[in-house]
Amino acid sequence: MSFSYTNAVDLAAGIAAGDFSAREVATSFLDRIAETDDQLNAFLAVDVSGALATADAIDAARARGEALGPLAGVPVAVKDVLTTKGLPTTCGSKMLEGWIPAYDATVTANLRNAGAVIIGKTNMDEFAMGSSTENSAFGPTRNPWDAGRIPGGSSGGSAVAVAARQAPLSIGTDTGGSIRQPAAMTGVVGVKPTYGGVSCYGLVALASSLDQAGPFATTVADAAMLHAVMAGHDPRDSTSIDAPVPPVVQAAANPDVKGMRIGVVKQLTGEGFQREVREHFQESLDALADAGAEIVEVSCPHFEYALAAYYLILPSEASSNLAKFDAMRYGLRVGDDGDRSVEQVMALTREAGFGPEVKRRIMLGTYALSSGYYDAYYGQAQKVRTLIANDFAAAFSQADVLATPTAPTTAFPLGEKVDDPLSMYLQDIATIPANLAGIPGMSVPVGLDDQGLPIGLQFMAPAMADDRLYVAGGALEAAIGWEARP
Amino acid sequence: MPAISRDEVAHLARLARLDLSDDELSHYAEQLDVILTAVTRVGEVAAQDVEPMSHPVMLDNVFRADVLQPGLTAEEALSAAPAVEDSRFRVPRILDEE
Amino acid sequence: MRFEQAISEFDPVLGLEVHVELNTETKMFCGCSTTFGAAPNTQVCPVCLALPGSLPVVNGTAVESAIRIGLALNCAIAPRSRFARKNYFYPDMPKNYQISQYDEPIAVNGYLDVDVDGDTYRIGIERAHMEEDTGKSLHMGGATGRIHGADYSLVDYNRAGIPLIEIVTKPIEGTGEKAPEVARAYVAALRDILRSLGVSDVRMEQGSLRCDANVSLRPDPQGPFGTRTETKNVNSLRSVERAVRHEIERQADVLAAGGTIVQETRHWHEDTGKTTPGRTKEEAEDYRYFPEPDLAPVAASEQWVEQLRATLPEPPAQRRARLQQHWGFTDLEMRDVVNAQALELIEQTIEAGASAAGAKKWWLGELARRSNDSGVALPDLPIDAVGVARIEALVAEGTLNDKMARQVIDGILAGEGSADEVVAARGLALVSDDTALLVAVDEAIAGNPDVAQKVRDGKVAAVGALVGAVMKSTRGQADAGRVRELLVARLTGE
Repeated sequence: MSFSYTNAVDLAAGIAAGDFSAREVATSFLDRIAETDDQLNAFLAVDVSGALATADAIDAARARGEALGPLAGVPVAVKDVLTTKGLPTTCGSKMLEGWIPAYDATVTANLRNAGAVIIGKTNMDEFAMGSSTENSAFGPTRNPWDAGRIPGGSSGGSAVAVAARQAPLSIGTDTGGSIRQPAAMTGVVGVKPTYGGVSCYGLVALASSLDQAGPFATTVADAAMLHAVMAGHDPRDSTSIDAPVPPVVQAAANPDVKGMRIGVVKQLTGEGFQREVREHFQESLDALADAGAEIVEVSCPHFEYALAAYYLILPSEASSNLAKFDAMRYGLRVGDDGDRSVEQVMALTREAGFGPEVKRRIMLGTYALSSGYYDAYYGQAQKVRTLIANDFAAAFSQADVLATPTAPTTAFPLGEKVDDPLSMYLQDIATIPANLAGIPGMSVPVGLDDQGLPIGLQFMAPAMADDRLYVAGGALEAAIGWEARP
Repeated sequence: MPAISRDEVAHLARLARLDLSDDELSHYAEQLDVILTAVTRVGEVAAQDVEPMSHPVMLDNVFRADVLQPGLTAEEALSAAPAVEDSRFRVPRILDEE
Repeated sequence: MRFEQAISEFDPVLGLEVHVELNTETKMFCGCSTTFGAAPNTQVCPVCLALPGSLPVVNGTAVESAIRIGLALNCAIAPRSRFARKNYFYPDMPKNYQISQYDEPIAVNGYLDVDVDGDTYRIGIERAHMEEDTGKSLHMGGATGRIHGADYSLVDYNRAGIPLIEIVTKPIEGTGEKAPEVARAYVAALRDILRSLGVSDVRMEQGSLRCDANVSLRPDPQGPFGTRTETKNVNSLRSVERAVRHEIERQADVLAAGGTIVQETRHWHEDTGKTTPGRTKEEAEDYRYFPEPDLAPVAASEQWVEQLRATLPEPPAQRRARLQQHWGFTDLEMRDVVNAQALELIEQTIEAGASAAGAKKWWLGELARRSNDSGVALPDLPIDAVGVARIEALVAEGTLNDKMARQVIDGILAGEGSADEVVAARGLALVSDDTALLVAVDEAIAGNPDVAQKVRDGKVAAVGALVGAVMKSTRGQADAGRVRELLVARLTGE
């Protein structure tokens, strides 16, 4: 029996009710991965035995009449940037090939506690640097809508796993759009929660002040179910917010936008966006207005500097975060012939272990933090960050949520932007502001372009008002009644 | 400000412990120049009186109690090490004291 | 160049950076133990090994210690202070950045007064900030076990992440020929304060207190500072003094020969008493400091700071002055007390009922001698203030004489129990019962008729021989003064 097109809420309910077993569900998705992943390359590791063992344990617990967790028996794919005890965690890099962490990320532990079946680790741009998943050391992930195209990134593997129904749910991380942009490219729902809403412990950091893990799902309600399990305060993460998780599940269950003010960000519309993207965005706004929402225009004048600020802050933090990969305590070591110095071995290892985009960003960040340049670059970027946060504050005084297209284009062909970093960076033009300000964002699929490629719409909400995303997203999903199936 | 020289790129590579090839030095010099020219735009914003924002969350005094927590055994700590000797991480010779 | 000549030609300016390891139970950013001397890599976790995905969380007790140190050094406590990353690659630093503080330290702008030969020098404190220690490397192969010439190194990360406070002075000017002593006195005074705060073991030999000494010379004491060198890791009080003295002499030689001083770090060699060059300013790392995004700022409210201020002990110098006056000791006696680490012991002994003179007599006399003989520091001898006070009381009331008191000390140090238990077990009480003594007195008179007659004839000095006889027959357990009184009374009727 195939469960590929059963959503996660129904899978959890069916397993809890005994309509089918967790093992049947796990087997179905494992079979699907086996059939499709040679082509898609969404997974870096598939944990067949672990998944089946967890599924059996769930079935046994149910048979004993024990209370089951909210995700009991539901397969979840995890981006390979989150540590998983006993399962390899590579971050898509040769640097960590073969590393098996001795500990779970808090998100991973939360999944296990909720009864989720961790089915495997998904492909990604190396250390989450990229917007196409082409920067993986283990080959690109392909878009199930057109295998000649990229799936977005950096969480391309997790997006594809859900889009291709290799898993009903998956987890990605989003530093500048790395959940929302691939969600748009593959026609699924992807959410970046409020910064601090989901623990970063065990998330191998790209840019610590921007990174946030979040859910992928085929429906808004499924995403809410996973979001609620992932989120919550964690004393091991000093930036974790000590407050109740926003009521996302309830919001997704009652997506009523009557009277909701939806702000359209003036600076994120128009010429820079592909024609079909603009058209579907407008149609979606019309549908929301029909459902009772009030559409208003807001202006965020400093957003035009967001990309520049982001590409200073991110590489700066990344250059420091990635310094720990030095061939001393774990991971790759190259050139240790007994004669070379530790400095040479570190440099040879990092040269061999990191791909071109990682090196590019390390160099950029090293430059931006250098004495003499700090004030003009990193310092100024932080001030721009303040101005962008102020823009959001002003916008949210006029609107309850903001709406933009998620990405300027639909999925582009593999290889098109690999050596054109600026063009690649522009993919995140609409998603980056939310990361800089720490607010939540969601991409919802809204249709296909003329070539049959998915288009996404992004909602953003104030910090810790993640539930508003689920109201707006749920309403949009209901209004346009479109389910994406590649 | 950009127009980053090949020598500067070599200096950055040394700071970042990257043994870049000659081709890479040239290539990155070119690309960093393009990127830096683009990001230099942040300087166009008048922001003298603006507080820098290093973090999106306004928390302070996030402390841990001074209480022992279980850590790793030496075996676990050393399990992923490229080289081990005498319960320590074996590393190539160090040229200078810090 | 000899030191005296160097000082006659140049004016030294010092700057001292002291790193102190806090004695918290756990590390600065994780829950690993800080115990010294554990087996290698047994006090580590994902955080202090910088395993991917791990995150630091600040030890609140370490922050409180930092604030208390700042207050004890008369610093202003920053209402808002932040951690920053100091980026440089080094194998004993797992993250290849050190979490430290940069432009927003926890404490700034204080001072510490130190006395050298009766003069007080006010040492300005620039800042005190929080950071973390590194691991330790063993250098293998090569001839010396030193870093140079080694084939490879072995790293133990037990020490990585132990909380450190770095205390940096302002430039210390106007010390002239006293510069080396002032440097030493500053580190000693700082150590005393840190010890009295109870925030650190302050054991220089174990590296829990380490000093870097910046030295520069200038020909004109009113002129601009000369180029400085920074001598790293000077790890005893004596070495601080020697290293500063050596560096003044060395720089004077260079300058007198028309050379220039290179701004560099230098390494101190205990064995040769010399420094050798390390890294020059040109080779220095660009540390690329930036605010640590994994940690929230520290906001020290006035209320919190005042709560901590209320926990500060009396400053050691002030306390010493107060006790000296109270006890009536001379400067010289007080210095002996401090040098013997007997201040607390004497204070406690007096609290337990002894007189100041009595407490000093035992601790600086008999017990100091035992301490010297055994190589065990006075505070570590297995005898406490209560025991010493009891011995002194027994002597004062006439139950023991000094010789017997020393036997009681023997017993206590040998683990035979309390003073009273040793007295009882060894049968050491003086015979104070006159009836019993009179028997012995009469025996002595009967046994020495010639001597007795001399006394009767008015030669009272001759009574000494009879006292000796009584003491002998009582095996020393009599109060010699009382015996003499009884003998004289018997023989002269007085």
